[in-house]
Amino acid sequence: MQARFDTGRRKRLGQNQLSGRYFRRRAWVALLGVSLIFAGLFARFYYLQVVQYSRYSSQSEANRVRIRPIAPNRGLIFDRNGVLLARNVPAYRLEVIPEQVGHLDNLLDALAEVIPLSETDRNRVQRLRRLRRSFQPIPVKLRLSEEDLARFAVNRYRFPGVEAVPYLSRDYPMGETMAHVLGYVGHISERELARLDEKRYRGTNLVGKTGLEAYYEDALHGEPGFEEVETNAQGRVLRVLRRELPKPGKDLHLTLDAGLQQAAYEALGQHRGAVVAMKPESGEVLALVSKPSFDPNPFVTGILHRDYQALLNQPGRPLFNRALLGGYEPGSTIKPFMALAGLASGVLSADETWYSDGTFQIPGRKRIYRDWKKGGHGRVDLVQALAQSVNGFFYNLALRMGIDRIHDWLAPFGFGQVTGIDMPREKPGLLPSRAWKRAVHNSAWFDGETVIVGIGQGPFVVTPMQLAWAVNKLASRKDLPRPHLKKGTEAWPKPGRLERIPEAAWEQVQKGMVAVVHGARGSARSIGHGLPFSMAGKTGTAQVFGHKEDATDEERKVEGLAEHLKHHALFIAYAPVEQPQIAVAVVVEHGGGGSRVAAPVARDVIRYWLERQP
Amino acid sequence: MSPLALFRWHRPDWLLLATLLALFGFGLAVLYSASGHNMEVVLKQAVRMVVGLTAMLVLSQLRPIHLYNWAPWLFAISVALLLAVLLMGTVSKGANRWLDLGFFRFQPSELMKLALPLMLARALAQRPPPLAWRDLLQALAWMGLAAVLIIKQPDLGTAILVVASGLYVLYLAGLRRRVIFTSLALALAAMPVVWRFIMHDYQRDRVLTFLNPESDPLGRGWNIIQSKIAIGSGGLLGKGWGQGTQSQLEFLPERHTDFILAVIAEEFGLLGVSLLLFLYAVLIYRGMMIAMEASTPFNRLLAGSLTLTFFTYVLVNVGMVSGLLPVVGVPLPLISYGGTSMVTLLTAFGMIMAVAGDKPFLHR
Repeated sequence: MQARFDTGRRKRLGQNQLSGRYFRRRAWVALLGVSLIFAGLFARFYYLQVVQYSRYSSQSEANRVRIRPIAPNRGLIFDRNGVLLARNVPAYRLEVIPEQVGHLDNLLDALAEVIPLSETDRNRVQRLRRLRRSFQPIPVKLRLSEEDLARFAVNRYRFPGVEAVPYLSRDYPMGETMAHVLGYVGHISERELARLDEKRYRGTNLVGKTGLEAYYEDALHGEPGFEEVETNAQGRVLRVLRRELPKPGKDLHLTLDAGLQQAAYEALGQHRGAVVAMKPESGEVLALVSKPSFDPNPFVTGILHRDYQALLNQPGRPLFNRALLGGYEPGSTIKPFMALAGLASGVLSADETWYSDGTFQIPGRKRIYRDWKKGGHGRVDLVQALAQSVNGFFYNLALRMGIDRIHDWLAPFGFGQVTGIDMPREKPGLLPSRAWKRAVHNSAWFDGETVIVGIGQGPFVVTPMQLAWAVNKLASRKDLPRPHLKKGTEAWPKPGRLERIPEAAWEQVQKGMVAVVHGARGSARSIGHGLPFSMAGKTGTAQVFGHKEDATDEERKVEGLAEHLKHHALFIAYAPVEQPQIAVAVVVEHGGGGSRVAAPVARDVIRYWLERQP
Repeated sequence: MSPLALFRWHRPDWLLLATLLALFGFGLAVLYSASGHNMEVVLKQAVRMVVGLTAMLVLSQLRPIHLYNWAPWLFAISVALLLAVLLMGTVSKGANRWLDLGFFRFQPSELMKLALPLMLARALAQRPPPLAWRDLLQALAWMGLAAVLIIKQPDLGTAILVVASGLYVLYLAGLRRRVIFTSLALALAAMPVVWRFIMHDYQRDRVLTFLNPESDPLGRGWNIIQSKIAIGSGGLLGKGWGQGTQSQLEFLPERHTDFILAVIAEEFGLLGVSLLLFLYAVLIYRGMMIAMEASTPFNRLLAGSLTLTFFTYVLVNVGMVSGLLPVVGVPLPLISYGGTSMVTLLTAFGMIMAVAGDKPFLHR
């Protein structure tokens, strides 16, 4: 092996020597070039450092002017009537300049005796101390209380190098009512620092973390200004030479109504759940509530680790925005949409009736699907089927339509896809289809699954936002602009499938939904008594335990069950029927049946809104 | 010894090693000052140096025949990774250069800095000079592919270095003089076209600022103006370690990364700059000597082109900091804070050392 290798080399040796000589010549030329360039570089430094020394030296002496960023004021957030939802409040923060104090840890200990310092505060100081230079101030504590400020003022002489500096902090007057929509701002983390434009954020302390504060961060933030300041030789500021003021962030005007939001928040009472209200004929979101909620204000100043953990571990998960992220079975609230799909696709004729004997079977199969009422509802037409929520009617309809047509007609209402609302995160839910089952479970679709999709069960998942979006289309009878919270962002979509649904079909389904509330046998007739306006609605129940397809609305209202085992109650509604002003979706977790707890919430929200309309 | 053995154990080139160690010592001292006496930064950099040196020493024992064999694979992998970056890389400061592998981030363009010269050295090693047209075109195609992928990121600085490394191979492999001069002339003539149609706005900005830094003293001109003041005010002997007002008072941006040379010039004066340039010169001279004494055409081309590429690094950064060249983001080799270019450079020196140890006909 070795021998062959070497002979191979020897054969090439002649050529190798030739190319070697050639190479050496070129290499020497290159080295000559390198030497010349090095001489040139040396000459450049000689020129700058020796020839021009006095010039640059005096420039350096005079170089006492430095540029400091001025953070822009963050844009304010208003509701649709100009009510202030997020504001900037003057506050004081405690800052320390490390090089002016002896031992930072000792100082913090001494300071903590005067002003309580949390672990969070201390950690931040330690982190920033490593990131910043010793003459740059580090915030020790944000938003000093009056008491802290007074205590510090008295003890100030003990702490040279520590100062209380005025600044603008963020404040959310409506607190937990708006927390899930507005989100909150907080200290810029190191991870965010890497993502943000360094130039724009040089003087900024707070950045939008969640909700609208995060979604509209770019517009809300504004453009920083600069000031040229003269410093002494140690870098300390002597005077301001020139100032270019920052451009404040743009104010954000929302479609939300603070009053309605408050009303919806209160209407939910002690329940967990979500309410979303929209304005028909538009994409405007009037209220978006998720409960339980949290106070966003501590997040602005840096929430204590302990408090944050408590929020995370609370069983109701207050940080979780149910309106956009909560996934629920639509249950019977899907029935009006199923009815429209049936009428529009021609599978269901307007005068068709169904005899409900309490059970339904796929021809040739053993499995029995039940109505919620033992013994059935008797002969019902579409209006009564909606009013009484007759499962059999819709089992039959779904079976005849088949999953493909159901999917094609429910998708235009927005099921199974994100609504596109201007919020940072949103779940798409799930509209079952043959393709979905093939992709996820790699198996074929069965008729039995189609049947239960007909009453909004099975793998079907919707978010409260999606449900409100769909109801809003139902109330408006057409495609609508993307749902949004920022005023004036309407953009009309291309007319789609909904335009092909005949007027008579909309009318008939509305009749059924009106009968839910106002009919003698309507499933939510209890809220209809004495209502000064006409309302269209539909109850629904989402299962919590098991997948008992044949369980019924009534059966699910199991009294005495542990709270966490009760089913979720759903209700969708719009009103007034003649000229809809508001469309609402309500989900009450573990509320039992849709009519008992969810429907009254929807009624209260709608009543509040209609009473305030001119 | 079997020709297929992975390693040939030998003492690594002592002059290269000693010079590198001297540079590192100097670099850490400067970094301590440039980072505002931040020991954490210094330690981090020191760890990178140790890791890089270890890799270099291991690589220096490799037999270059294996580099010859691996060259096409390395090149193919580099191209694939560059494509991956374009498709799914991490965007940082407007440019898309990183590939996030979870545990660490990695710049495939750095790999290309080594893969391209390896590939070309392999392709041209068996061709006696002068270079044939067919070989030239093939080589240019590979260079073009690498350059386009990197420019797309966009990362002009790295693209320049990669193209330079390829050109050095061509030159050392015997590119005809006629071709060299003609293409230089053509390149000059093509400049307006490049300016108008190929460069990004920010690149044009940089060139304009370079030509007249005073036009934008608070924005892009700031770096160059402050850098020149820092250098000039350093004088012959400098203001002393940690005493540079320009750097310590934060007038000088990017002072521990791309502009660290200005800190050296300010605090150690012309003396410090001369020492640095001298150490660089030693590395380059030694590298070229190793290339000239190498036993095979591949070894020669590899060591020669890597050395000259290292020189280009020096030239681009020193020229940029002293206001001779426009600002492109190239760090000062082996001194600037940051691990990416350090690893690439030490790998290159590892290969040069491997060439130095590959002398089959010499009994040592």
